[in-house]
Amino acid sequence: MKKKVLSLLLAGAMALSLCACGSSQAPASTAADNGTAATEATPAAGDGKLTGTLNMGVIGPLTGAAAIYGTCVANSAQIAVEEINAISGDFQIALNSQDDEHDAEKSVNAYHNLMDWNVQMIVGCVTTTPCIAVSAEANSDRVFMLTPSASGTAVTEGKDNVFQLCFSDPNQGSASAQYISDKKMGTKIAVIYNNGDAYSTGIYQTFAAKAAELGLEIVSTTTFPDDNATDFSVQLKEAKDAGADLIFLPIYYTPASLILQQASTMGYAPTFFGVDGMDGILTLEGFDTSLAEGVILLTPFVADAKDDATVNFVTKYQEKYGEIPNQFGADAYDCVNVIYAALQKYAAANGGFDVTGVSYSELCEILISVFTGGDFSVDGLTGEAMTWNAAGEVNKAPKGMIIQNGAYVSLD
Amino acid sequence: MKLLSKLTKNGYQNYIIVILFFAVFQILSSTGHISNSLKGQLVPIVVYVIMALSLNLVVGISGELSLGHAGFMSVGAFTGIIVSATLQNSIPNGSIRLVFAIVIGAVFAGVIGFLISVPVLRLNGDYLAIVTLAFGEIIKNLLNITYVGLDSKGLHLSTKDIASMNMKPDGITILNGPMGALGTVKISTFFSGIVLLLLVLIVIQNLVASRCGRAIMALRDNRIAGEACGLSATKYKMIAFVTSAAIAGSAGALYGLNYSTLVPKKFDFNTSILILVFVVLGGIGNMTGSIIAAALLTVLPEMLRTFRDYRMLVYAIVLILVMIVTNNEKARDALTGLLRRFRKKSVKEGTANE
Repeated sequence: MKKKVLSLLLAGAMALSLCACGSSQAPASTAADNGTAATEATPAAGDGKLTGTLNMGVIGPLTGAAAIYGTCVANSAQIAVEEINAISGDFQIALNSQDDEHDAEKSVNAYHNLMDWNVQMIVGCVTTTPCIAVSAEANSDRVFMLTPSASGTAVTEGKDNVFQLCFSDPNQGSASAQYISDKKMGTKIAVIYNNGDAYSTGIYQTFAAKAAELGLEIVSTTTFPDDNATDFSVQLKEAKDAGADLIFLPIYYTPASLILQQASTMGYAPTFFGVDGMDGILTLEGFDTSLAEGVILLTPFVADAKDDATVNFVTKYQEKYGEIPNQFGADAYDCVNVIYAALQKYAAANGGFDVTGVSYSELCEILISVFTGGDFSVDGLTGEAMTWNAAGEVNKAPKGMIIQNGAYVSLD
Repeated sequence: MKLLSKLTKNGYQNYIIVILFFAVFQILSSTGHISNSLKGQLVPIVVYVIMALSLNLVVGISGELSLGHAGFMSVGAFTGIIVSATLQNSIPNGSIRLVFAIVIGAVFAGVIGFLISVPVLRLNGDYLAIVTLAFGEIIKNLLNITYVGLDSKGLHLSTKDIASMNMKPDGITILNGPMGALGTVKISTFFSGIVLLLLVLIVIQNLVASRCGRAIMALRDNRIAGEACGLSATKYKMIAFVTSAAIAGSAGALYGLNYSTLVPKKFDFNTSILILVFVVLGGIGNMTGSIIAAALLTVLPEMLRTFRDYRMLVYAIVLILVMIVTNNEKARDALTGLLRRFRKKSVKEGTANE
């Protein structure tokens, strides 16, 4: 009896799965090409005003080791949303931030969770690895994504609906090499990077390629793993023995602070050159900022800049959360404003636009058309006249900064 | 059919649970009555159930604590990704490619499991646990420096960087060191996962019920007595360990091909512990328990998203409560009493109907 029941069940399940397989393939193909029809079908109200409520999702690490970036992004997006919601009652943004613990699997879960919430577009993900996984899903579902800080190339590669607000890793690596070569900062270069980290390895790979092209001499390349970032004497000694006069550090600020400290103990004083991950070193607790004197970094955002927009953002952030925002936060603040600007531009060009109830795939095609339209440019905290190419990469000028008397000073 | 019924006579309730699970979710998803959130988790659930079953074979049946199971999973995952990428042009059909990826992933993980088991199984108890932990970390760190590329000439391997692979310009990088696999074509499906799960159940339950399985359990219960009876402890423990590693590898291949990116860092100590938690919560040696615990505990953190920042705290509290309840005599008696009453009732109804 038992066997009969079992075999019946087995056969039933197989038959069922066969039918299910057949039907599940249909919606995927239609979703991909309904975009053109959707753009034409938008209602034209005639007054050029943007109205309705946009469901905006944020995905980032709100807990775990990378939480400092995720929370800053979520908080800054919240500030930008509050500012936009205060402008007029006609257009509102509903924000929903979900945690991904800097893990691809959790990030895809967070993405599906947002889909259940009827999200219309996503600001995220904050970190590269989760972003690659989510952008693949978003690409097949046709959800528009603008990432504040996922800088890997694989995030946007082959995906027309994913855009970056930060520089991509290759851009940072090659811009650094170009900067060093143009300003003749060093002749013998040493690199210390984290070979357990996608961000650091990505920048190093393009830096090395560009340096070879420009004829910069890399005399020493040393690495450290993620879980053992405390002692750098071996790496520094190798750089010193090789006679390096500039050390390139494509790493985050915590290990960088230890490198500066240990180099000073060794009595070794080359020029240190960092990238945007170095931002935050001056606010690190227990770090003697005099060690960072003369450190050069390429970063798009400086929290103590004196322009009105930055001052406004930083004071609001400090009032609300009691901290100084980092560059990730500024990127997220810009992301929300860029989306707002894009929707406004579309509304103005099409005689008004009501966002409420527009499906994510329709909105995706609309935003892609605005971003790649050629005449879309936004001024933000992290750059002036930001534009995007069809590959999803941002075009803005990197700012070279030098640390003098415990503060960032522009190099240009 | 006769062979199938013979193979599935042990622990048949587990097959029924799995098939029912599949049927229910397949009906729900084809009629659209399932949230995106749950739908996206179906494959990970199956993967973690297989992982829990595989670890239960070592921990529950063989009685050795392994803390490096994520290592075998990662070997299977990255092997599967490489196989799938290599065969992309020659086998366009995703399902067939997935079968190749899972089989080769399982074989590789089994081989690594065999190599590791040689030194590891000379130890026992806590020492063995620590050494498996170390091997798990070693596998992770080796994968962190592995670069694999593919061009028209074939596969290239390097432990330094992409440039040193000397690929032709048409070459693509499959594994990029710490960045892991990028741009994997997703071919895992819920159906293929369920088929794999049923196969794994057949393998494990028949192994446990065989002469070999009885020897493994005898050595678990009393190693000295078992050896005195002429059983080779190393041989039987190795059978359990290598089978378990191969199964973990197959689960890894299914997992790796379900996401478009995968980093070696994912398979750290925490993942190994997570799987051990499934096994312990489901009951060590209890396969049905492993299935249910792994499925529920995979979904639970997503269910708790409403608690926002406190969800992992709530998750921990739920874990502690379940541990207390399942180990408390009174609570267990109450639960079994309830079950018995329910069973009696259904038996009575059954006779009344006849």
